[in-house]
Amino acid sequence: MKKIEAIIKPFKLEEVKEALSDLGIEGMTVTEVKGFGRQKGHTEIYRGSEYTVDFLPKIKIEVVLADSMVDAATGAVVKAAKTGKIGDGKVFVYAIEEAIRIRTDETGEKAI
Amino acid sequence: MLNALRRLPGLPFAALLTAVLCFAPCATQAQQNAGTAAPSPAAQAAAKPAASLEDRVAGLEAYINNADGTKTLPGVPGPGHNAWMMTSSALVLFMTLPGLALFYGGLVRRKNVLSVLAQCLGIAGLVAVLWWAFGYSLVFGKNFNSPFLGGSEFFFFNGVDSTPNTDYAFWVSQNVYAMFQLMFAIITPALIVGAIAERMKFSAVMVFVGCWMFLVYFPMAHMIWGISGFMNGIFNANAGIKAIDFAGGTVVHMTSGWSALVLCFIVGPRIGFKREPMPPHSLVLTMIGTGMLWVGWYGFNAGSAVAADVIAANAFTTTTLATAVAAFTWGVLEKLLRGKASVLGFCTGAVAGLVVITPACGFVNANGAVIIGVLAAALPYITVSALKPRLGYDDALDTFGVHGVGGTLGALMTGILATKQVNGNLKDEVLGRLFMSQVSAVIVTLVLATVATAVIAFALKAILGLRPTAEIESNGLDLADHGEEAYIS
Repeated sequence: MKKIEAIIKPFKLEEVKEALSDLGIEGMTVTEVKGFGRQKGHTEIYRGSEYTVDFLPKIKIEVVLADSMVDAATGAVVKAAKTGKIGDGKVFVYAIEEAIRIRTDETGEKAI
Repeated sequence: MLNALRRLPGLPFAALLTAVLCFAPCATQAQQNAGTAAPSPAAQAAAKPAASLEDRVAGLEAYINNADGTKTLPGVPGPGHNAWMMTSSALVLFMTLPGLALFYGGLVRRKNVLSVLAQCLGIAGLVAVLWWAFGYSLVFGKNFNSPFLGGSEFFFFNGVDSTPNTDYAFWVSQNVYAMFQLMFAIITPALIVGAIAERMKFSAVMVFVGCWMFLVYFPMAHMIWGISGFMNGIFNANAGIKAIDFAGGTVVHMTSGWSALVLCFIVGPRIGFKREPMPPHSLVLTMIGTGMLWVGWYGFNAGSAVAADVIAANAFTTTTLATAVAAFTWGVLEKLLRGKASVLGFCTGAVAGLVVITPACGFVNANGAVIIGVLAAALPYITVSALKPRLGYDDALDTFGVHGVGGTLGALMTGILATKQVNGNLKDEVLGRLFMSQVSAVIVTLVLATVATAVIAFALKAILGLRPTAEIESNGLDLADHGEEAYIS
């Protein structure tokens, strides 16, 4: 099992969700996050006062999958989230040791 | 002693209020005696022989023309003028509560928004009590025979009833006039709050305002508007400086703006000023407040004619034009110089336009108002976006940049653009050297406001302390001073 963690532009969330659903992926966790990479922040000016806002709003999607699905899923996320401009985000893949479905006590790939 | 005062910051108010309330019954008694001694105006009128039809028609025409109708209608307020002045009084109160409170409240950080609202509310209550007890009389009385302070005859509103005081208005009840002027006395110190927002103890703000009213506002308002005032160029033929100020460019905006500058230097900058971001927490509130200020300002400016007459109609028009032009000009300047026209820019431009047209609105025509609108955006824009960052003072919400600079500009522009086609009360001998009179009035106002503010602030700093502890300031004043939070989430 693997976990895909993708940081994307907020307005791309719907497209990424659709792309993952099309692969038959049935669940995901979405969090509103803030951060910066090479894109950096932006400047706000209030009368004479200028502030640099370092952290930009992003969406973090977490999906846990069977190993066989990982390549297709990462490919789908990258394709759906891409605008080609700076700030599109990143995808990370983690190894997952165990999964348990609380309702049924199922474990492993059956639980995801 | 000093420590005890620090620990009991409420003590000075409690003492003040008690003293005032103890005085009141004696004064009320005197008022009742006076009431029985002199027959009421209505009774006087009834006792006279019947007036001729010509005189009675002339009295009604005087009402329509806002002229002297006391021959046949003594002591009678005119319903139309009175209705407009009650409406105007409510509009001017609306400028402070909640207009200015929201305008300022939106500009501070969320941990301090209630402190700004509380200061506006506290000032409304404190100033109303001072006004009833002493303030109205010190401004609009005349038994001191002084160009600098009014008199004692109206202490505790003695004799201030629904009969007009013809020194100031033929057709407006004196109690309505006193309420109208009270609203000005409330908003003026409330404007100062913007400069020291987010870092001055509530108790220190209240004591400062109490002292400031006696040392700055009451003398200034008498000098400009009092019938025996030193700088009342319209109604006092013996005025030392024959200056004009229709609705309070010097009395309200210059005094508050320049006092704000001095006070923010003495109080010092907010902790973290220029090191950490302090953006406005809600420009939506600021926008709502701006709209309320603009609407309320019609009472402030057109109401300052103290009648629903031709001068009021002119003031209503010039106020609209100058404000709209200034708001738009500020937006254009931002678009040209920075690439984006901002909501805060439009709001600030509107308020600057309102400030600058204030002394001029009943003296200049529509074209004058448009010229004033353009300048009202340009000069405060330079002050808040170039001068302030360079000089490094922490006028948190730009009270000085908008009201100090705008009020001064307005007083001077009134001297250039005033015309007697708009206001027949402008005499040639006043108009002749009006600009120099305006310059003199600006200097007197500036010196009085800055010196008195420095004296009060340094005294308070020694006795009571002006600022909360660093920990309280960084946690926000709302919790420490008021025990509340604005937004529970």
